[in-house]
Amino acid sequence: MSNKKQRPLSPHLSIYRWGPAMLVSIINRIVGNALATVGTLLLLWWLYAIANGPEQLDYLKSWLDFYYIGYIVLIGLTWSFFQHLFGGIRHLVMDVGAGFELKSNNFWSLMTFVAAFTCTALLWFYIFTNMLEA
Amino acid sequence: MGQGTNIGRVRGLGSAKHGSHHWIMQRLTALGNLALTLWLLFSVLILPNYEHETLAAWLSQFSVAVPMIIMLISVFWHIRLGMQVMLEDYVPDTALRIIALTLLNFYAAGGAIFGIFTVAKLAFTGVAS
Repeated sequence: MSNKKQRPLSPHLSIYRWGPAMLVSIINRIVGNALATVGTLLLLWWLYAIANGPEQLDYLKSWLDFYYIGYIVLIGLTWSFFQHLFGGIRHLVMDVGAGFELKSNNFWSLMTFVAAFTCTALLWFYIFTNMLEA
Repeated sequence: MGQGTNIGRVRGLGSAKHGSHHWIMQRLTALGNLALTLWLLFSVLILPNYEHETLAAWLSQFSVAVPMIIMLISVFWHIRLGMQVMLEDYVPDTALRIIALTLLNFYAAGGAIFGIFTVAKLAFTGVAS
């Protein structure tokens, strides 16, 4: 670019008043990046372990019980997954031009959090009750 | 670029009619991820147990290996597009951004190929001994 003169900058995050739409959009990026890094690396590790024998899988599982770190990471990733899923569905709905009115936008933004927390809780409730029965 | 008149710059930088490709692929891979990750979730949940033997037999099936490979492509493609936008927004330094985008491409391609090869090898030749 040859125009080196100072151009006005668009206002950044710090200047806006926080609202549900802003929060869900930013969270969508954060959890997306968590899934893209930690989530996919764990998925690849899991696939590799399945393809390379019981010892590899036991080694992976041994990290689950290492001061419960594995469970904390997995529950965090589960929430990230559902949050990105519902946040993503929200974006797809808005891509067709729906849901921009202030009230419905705020409502559905908050609903993505409710849905993600509910699904995460239900899934881990299911997992833990099955583990106790086993 | 950038040395000529304003109209000249516009002509040089104007529409190549593919401006929305990135945006559209982000949405298409999002739909793919939506279907395929939910398939993976329920496919794993209905397994009787999570011993190695069960998982290896499950993953070796045609009806699991194929969607898994498609999911890996869709997921890593989506990752490449999503993280690219994030880096473009938050890494203002051009050199650093180019390096970051290069590493992202290596990560996305490498991750997808690693996963696809792992699944295919298991399906074709069984558990490595």
